[in-house]
Amino acid sequence: MEPERVIGDLEKRFPGEIVEASRDGVDLVLVIRLEALLRIMGSLKEPPYSYKLLLDLTCVDFRRDAGSFEMVYHLYSLDAGRRVRVKVRLPADAPLMDSLASLWRNANWLEREVYDMFGVVFKGHPDLKRILMYDGFEGFPLRKDYPLRRRQPKADKGNTT
Amino acid sequence: MTFEPRPERNSMLLNLGPSHPAMHGTVRIMVELEGERILNSEVEIGYLHRGFEKTCENRTYFTLLPYTDRLNYVSPLINNAGYALAMEKLLGIEAPERAQYIRVLMCELSRISDHLTSVAAMGMECGAFTVFLYMMKAREYIWDVIEFTTGARMTASYIRIGGVRADLHPDYRAALEKAVRETRKVLKDVHGLLDGNKIFLDRTKGLGALTPEEAVSYGWTGPCLRSTGVRYDVRKSRPYLVYDRLDFDVPLGSNGDNYDRYMVRMMELDQSLRIVEQTAAALPPRAPIAAGDRRPVEPSEAIRISRGQRVVGPVRLSPNLEGSEKDVYGDIQTADRRWTLPPKEDTYTTMEGLINHFLFFMQGRGIRPPKGEVYFSVEGGNGELGYYIVSDGTDRPYRLHLRAPCFHIVSALERLIKGRYVADVIPTFGSLNMIGGELDR
Repeated sequence: MEPERVIGDLEKRFPGEIVEASRDGVDLVLVIRLEALLRIMGSLKEPPYSYKLLLDLTCVDFRRDAGSFEMVYHLYSLDAGRRVRVKVRLPADAPLMDSLASLWRNANWLEREVYDMFGVVFKGHPDLKRILMYDGFEGFPLRKDYPLRRRQPKADKGNTT
Repeated sequence: MTFEPRPERNSMLLNLGPSHPAMHGTVRIMVELEGERILNSEVEIGYLHRGFEKTCENRTYFTLLPYTDRLNYVSPLINNAGYALAMEKLLGIEAPERAQYIRVLMCELSRISDHLTSVAAMGMECGAFTVFLYMMKAREYIWDVIEFTTGARMTASYIRIGGVRADLHPDYRAALEKAVRETRKVLKDVHGLLDGNKIFLDRTKGLGALTPEEAVSYGWTGPCLRSTGVRYDVRKSRPYLVYDRLDFDVPLGSNGDNYDRYMVRMMELDQSLRIVEQTAAALPPRAPIAAGDRRPVEPSEAIRISRGQRVVGPVRLSPNLEGSEKDVYGDIQTADRRWTLPPKEDTYTTMEGLINHFLFFMQGRGIRPPKGEVYFSVEGGNGELGYYIVSDGTDRPYRLHLRAPCFHIVSALERLIKGRYVADVIPTFGSLNMIGGELDR
């Protein structure tokens, strides 16, 4: 499906939910409303769009300039060979959003990483906890207000079981 | 933990890792066992987390390159290439054709070393120590070629924004031919040792299998995804560099089990060797290096000479990496000096060169891409290696995120070993080729 047709189609199906739509070469860039994330992602995964592969999911801390976090999703369509980048903005004071773990299995670990690094909380995630940092770690290292060289006492990991 | 041990089933908890002789890489797997059968498991990662992304946000675009070497440390040149290409997309520039061919050559050599290591380690873990030794030997020949040109075996930092650090070494061809010949020989031997080996087959065939739908749902890419029969290779689907001009196949598996992952990697090794040969044959010519009769001078001496008089004619510096002379710069680096370092000869002998060099490294100067964001991916040793870079117009990335193929692949490990025996963990884990540097970042 051509990128323009995908935009037109989505705008018809989800009126008012698509904030911005643009292109990056043959790929599509969408900014959507937070509330519509699960529905729009769910339909992007199915035909006729078939963006079946969740390539990546990450977060950018724009709190200083825009007062929000931005979640960035990259999907890929194996049939069409095209990507789509979907972005949603999260309020800085309450970074809470829907989990995509019910749609894609790799979202489980990817969202844990975003929680670990940015403190974004995902509703409906099966097991939301730190993944790269250890359990007793304080703060969220990839937030812009976390100092580069802050030292923390090594947590006594004990037996995490 | 995600699961509760059930005493009524008389289950036992067993801790594998994080430092375990049979695990390559530092990862911890907690398994709940009933007899030898795995009821549940939990994979714990992060033991090699270095804060790569945070570090990059605090380095300039030029000086963060060496950190990319340390992601997938078995194929560092592909990491370099991914970063350089993402930056080139952001800056809207392109490397000269010769540099692109050299990049493809280097990337494929890296892929060969990556796959050799992966199959070697997997073989060793299944008890085939000969395979390990043979493949390590072949990898040394591959690294000889890389070292010849880049000056380093692993942490090369060779592929730069706008081109490559230096041209190929004048004598690289002999080393390359030897490496290709020896690797082919080793591949033939390994096929003979493993393909019909009952011990190996018992521990790989039908084990750790994943359906294509599940593999896609787990975000698998690269050899692991292709072993399930899904045809997705970034080099074919979204050709970058000069891959669209080269003739190679994408080998596919059908069962998605440990054996297919082994087989796909072995077949990809053949294809990579083909690409290496084609690239070496199609390499565009470069400008000749002016035959100066001057003896090589040390940088300090060059500075001393240029203080007294303006230096005319070619200057030969020593030490300097072969192939990075000023004469060949046009063939290996983009002409726009805003994004690349000036030649060393200029830096040490002319005022303009020195100013350019200084400006390039001065805080707040150097490479400052326009505001925006970019996602660019290349086919890494383990699959789609993507860089997502957000620029705010300064000389440091506002955000740099790596899509690490390993992360997605290892996230399926719990699913792959559920219901199997403890002994199956090792070959299954081995066939996934976890690379800690890339997984934990």
